[in-house]
Amino acid sequence: MARVGTKAATAATKDLIAARTFATAGMRYANATVTLDAAAPAARVSLRAADRGIGVYSRHLGFELPTTPGATASKGSTHALWLGPDEWLILDTKNANAKLVPTRANAAISATDVSHRNVGFILTGAGAADGLNAACPRDLSLEAFPAKTASRTILGKAEIVLYRTARDAFRVECWRSYVPYVWGLLVNGAQDAHL
Amino acid sequence: MKPSSTQPFRIAKRGALSAAREVQFTFDGRSYAGLEGETLASALLANGVHLMGRSFKYHRPRGVMAAGVEEPNALVGITRDNARHTPNVRASVQELYDGLTATSQNRFPTLNFDLGAFNSLMSTFFPAGFYYKTFKWPRSAWDKVYEPFIRRAAGLGTAPSEADPDRYANRFAHCDVLVIGGGASGMMAAKTAVDRGQSVILCDENPTLGGWLLSDTDVTIDGQPGVQWAATMATGLAAHDNVRLLTRTTGFGYFQQNMVALAERLTDHLATPGPALPRERLWQVRAKRVVLAQGAIERHMVFPDNDRPGIVLAGAAQTWLNRYGVSVGKRVGVFTACDTAYQAAFDLAEEGVDVPLIADTRPQVAEDILAQAEEFGIEIITDAQMTGTTGRLRMNSMIVNGDREEEVDALITSAGWTPSLHLYSQSRGKPQWDAKTQRFVPGQSPQDCVTVGACNGATDLQTALHEAALAVGGKPADFAIADDVSIAGGMIGETRMPQKRGKAFVDFQNDVTAKDIKLAVREGMHSIEHVKRYTTNGMATDQGKLSNMHGLAIAAEMLDKRIPEVGLTTFRAPYTPTTFGTFVAQATGPLFDPERRTPIDGWAEENGAVFEPVSLWRRAWYFPQAGEDMREAVDRECQTVRKTAGIFDASTLGKIEVVGPDAAAFMDIIYTNGWSKLKPGRAKYGIMLREDGFIYDDGVVGKLSDTRFHVTTTTGGAPRVLNHMEDYLQTEFPDMRVWLTSTSEQWATIAVQGPKACEIIEPLVTGQKLDNESFPHMSVAECKVCGVDARLFRISFTGELGFEINVPADYGRTVWEAVWTRAKPLGACVYGTEAMHVLRAEKGYIIVGQDTDGTVTPHDAGLSWAIAKAKPDFVGKRGLERPDLKAPGRRQLVGLKTTDPAIVLEEGAQIVDDPEQPTPMKMLGFVTSSYWSGSLGHSIAMALIEGGRDRIGEKLYVPVPDAEPIEVEITGTVFWDESGERIHG
Repeated sequence: MARVGTKAATAATKDLIAARTFATAGMRYANATVTLDAAAPAARVSLRAADRGIGVYSRHLGFELPTTPGATASKGSTHALWLGPDEWLILDTKNANAKLVPTRANAAISATDVSHRNVGFILTGAGAADGLNAACPRDLSLEAFPAKTASRTILGKAEIVLYRTARDAFRVECWRSYVPYVWGLLVNGAQDAHL
Repeated sequence: MKPSSTQPFRIAKRGALSAAREVQFTFDGRSYAGLEGETLASALLANGVHLMGRSFKYHRPRGVMAAGVEEPNALVGITRDNARHTPNVRASVQELYDGLTATSQNRFPTLNFDLGAFNSLMSTFFPAGFYYKTFKWPRSAWDKVYEPFIRRAAGLGTAPSEADPDRYANRFAHCDVLVIGGGASGMMAAKTAVDRGQSVILCDENPTLGGWLLSDTDVTIDGQPGVQWAATMATGLAAHDNVRLLTRTTGFGYFQQNMVALAERLTDHLATPGPALPRERLWQVRAKRVVLAQGAIERHMVFPDNDRPGIVLAGAAQTWLNRYGVSVGKRVGVFTACDTAYQAAFDLAEEGVDVPLIADTRPQVAEDILAQAEEFGIEIITDAQMTGTTGRLRMNSMIVNGDREEEVDALITSAGWTPSLHLYSQSRGKPQWDAKTQRFVPGQSPQDCVTVGACNGATDLQTALHEAALAVGGKPADFAIADDVSIAGGMIGETRMPQKRGKAFVDFQNDVTAKDIKLAVREGMHSIEHVKRYTTNGMATDQGKLSNMHGLAIAAEMLDKRIPEVGLTTFRAPYTPTTFGTFVAQATGPLFDPERRTPIDGWAEENGAVFEPVSLWRRAWYFPQAGEDMREAVDRECQTVRKTAGIFDASTLGKIEVVGPDAAAFMDIIYTNGWSKLKPGRAKYGIMLREDGFIYDDGVVGKLSDTRFHVTTTTGGAPRVLNHMEDYLQTEFPDMRVWLTSTSEQWATIAVQGPKACEIIEPLVTGQKLDNESFPHMSVAECKVCGVDARLFRISFTGELGFEINVPADYGRTVWEAVWTRAKPLGACVYGTEAMHVLRAEKGYIIVGQDTDGTVTPHDAGLSWAIAKAKPDFVGKRGLERPDLKAPGRRQLVGLKTTDPAIVLEEGAQIVDDPEQPTPMKMLGFVTSSYWSGSLGHSIAMALIEGGRDRIGEKLYVPVPDAEPIEVEITGTVFWDESGERIHG
């Protein structure tokens, strides 16, 4: 195998640390009833766990994983969103480098880093639910989807995770390649909610 | 043209528009004045214009008949500009705005003089079912004469010539109670529900809530005029938080589990709609309970010459008079079988309109009605029949009982009221026949759906209000209701006609007469479904809102059967014509489908890539340099990879993380080959089958540890492969401790391929030696590239020495740039998907979905080596044992070389062994992949051919339209570096 390259050049490039670029950089939209923002970079883990794994990962997190449909639990900037009987999305919305994957593998859990797979959008305002309902078929009334609940659902043809953080505040998580489409639908919905 | 300043049929003091603004509009180029808030039909009537259209088949002059969506005749085109032209708008519901431009349809050259009316003289030759009979022979005339003729005659109005520039919106909504219809009963149901704490959506197709109360000036509720009571109710409802009132909104489709579609019209009534406003909004409502309060539709009378302009429904005349202050004529006759027409007649007489004569088919009329008629000096003939009318573009007279001719310029008719069963029927409810009242009424809906008021068969207001309250679990209250006219009674079918002359129309829009329906029955159509299709009764854009019951009654009488035995046709969505824009809503342009882009897409765009769509992704196809066409660019890219190196964005590859103590066992069962014995740090090409033994997907899988695999799939296959695996895991192997996570988008993937690949990346990699001993072909390592956590594969899809660098997606672009900074000075290139395809085809590597089509086994594809024979089981193992999959002569994947090296075959082209054989020829197989190979200097192709591997060396032919067949030689699939040495550097 050919191996070329001077030592100096090698040293220089090995020191290089690649810079991070963001799929949602600079995205913002606001009208009188809805404000849309790109969420700050977050740490994310897709957690799958058998029953006895729930305790294992809860100890790693420092708080109990929620175990009922739609439920969420939070401590500081760390949030655990119940997505299915053995599935959670774990987020640290402030510390993008938070160690959400336990260092030691455990047979009862699968913790996979998906920090870069997803991006987040924040919707706030009185028209946020109506704006989402332009493309999201879920019942977003406060009775059916109160604050502090989350759900995997769809926005148009894209899969999203929808997390209602407060009465008039939502976080939308989608896969990064869907950003132009999801952003387009969110802006379209926000405009319609404002009419 | 100067607008006429007078509106001779306007009665300013009547109706709700006395304070309305006067606006100008045009109809067929002529200017008129009307009032804001009325309909186009109402405004034309105020100007004395009844003639608004021509019928479809006979081109007979037609006037507006109805004041609502049931209108069959007055269909017009409304034009804002070339792109905003809406055909077939019912003038009876189009709201007037300043500057509205309307044109009549289905006439040439003008509405007053239409050459198509010739058809009317020929009507003897156009009976029911004429197109099934007339156009049979000679056969040769079909293409040149009959079909062009029918196509020209078919269709109403003209489509706009430009793309629709308007925006359309969509909204999903949920509620406890959805009320469709905002008349008295609908509003009562909504109020009762909201008082009980339920969330309510109330929609009505009109701009104002109130329904019939807006047209009835006599009725009072608790001492209040009906129209005021309605306004008070509407204001009260609007004040509630959990009520959404949607006016100008039609409930048009009723689907499973109380999913109801509503179309809200936001701009069609505005002179200058704001640019931000969507034209229409589709509401997709999921309701716990649906209350249908759609009301009833008045029927016309079926008598000879019943279609002259000036003949209108009595209720419509009442609406025009009492809502908009317009009289339908100066001297108005009446022909009725129902009390409600008297109310209309008296309202007109009250305003000084001459009403000389009421002809009533019934033998007796109630005393109080007779008394009122006498007060107004109106003559009543009971047991009466109308035997004809006169007039051409407008009626001149009515003829009663054959001898009594009365001059009138308008005639109001009523045959009674048909409960509106459309949405009830769409909910899969079966209409019940009520023999006593001769009506179909709703029964029990299979969904949580309640019908109330006139659409439930209620004939008086008190009953309607009671039903409404009960529908949502409330207590019915009694109101003091006065001067409410019952809508009971009437008749269905044709009136008795002593004379056989004149057409008695049942369906106006499709020109179906009573005679046509009788003919259909005589010719053997005994089910109403057959009668409908043979005569086209009820098949026009109004879906027979006026004609269905009459048609049914006439057919039943002919068949001498009871009406329910003849049956009722099923109502289908949409209730009224709905624009494509509403269905599409916001899903146009970039919001039609997601266009997925990789983290490196921006770099490719900045560097001149040409893109191609691959499933939902847009991928860099090739990177032309100045002056290069596609073939030159692809040739250069391929040859640079072979000679030096190339870098390629492979980020779209599907990636699945398979984790857990049973990960290897699961991989063993899902893939054909073995994984348990694979050492961590090694990678392997895997094939996955369906249960039937056919190839489902393939890809390279890296084993990161005994409990963690990094699986790659084809770009297009990623979602279905994950579903396939998850499906087996959950349904067949639920005891396995293994979990699947999609990581396709977690990683940006950069392929570096070619003799200098190692030299390019080596300085960027830390934590892993790259020499052949430490990191041989088919290895995987977790290390750092450009200082970030990476998964590095030693892997090749080109046959050259190669690597694939996976870094977290947000680092993809900068790592790519760092690799390119290294690669460019060494003479390497960036290559796209086309070069990738050529490079892999030169090596005979298959692409699932291109070289396989769901009927190809690993044996067929020449991949028997990838099946572990010792494994006890895997998905597809038993499928592969099926006799037909083991039979000789199956299509096998082989290579093809054209005798003329310059010819590149068409992908999909069929292959035969003797091109001289008669057609249809025996096809031996087809071309799956075909490219020009610049590296080899000749074209290459792959093909699936019967018994292909035994035919290697044979000459076959590819027939080409209008040219000589192309001679090809069957070869093996590997064209480049058959020994496979280059992969090891």
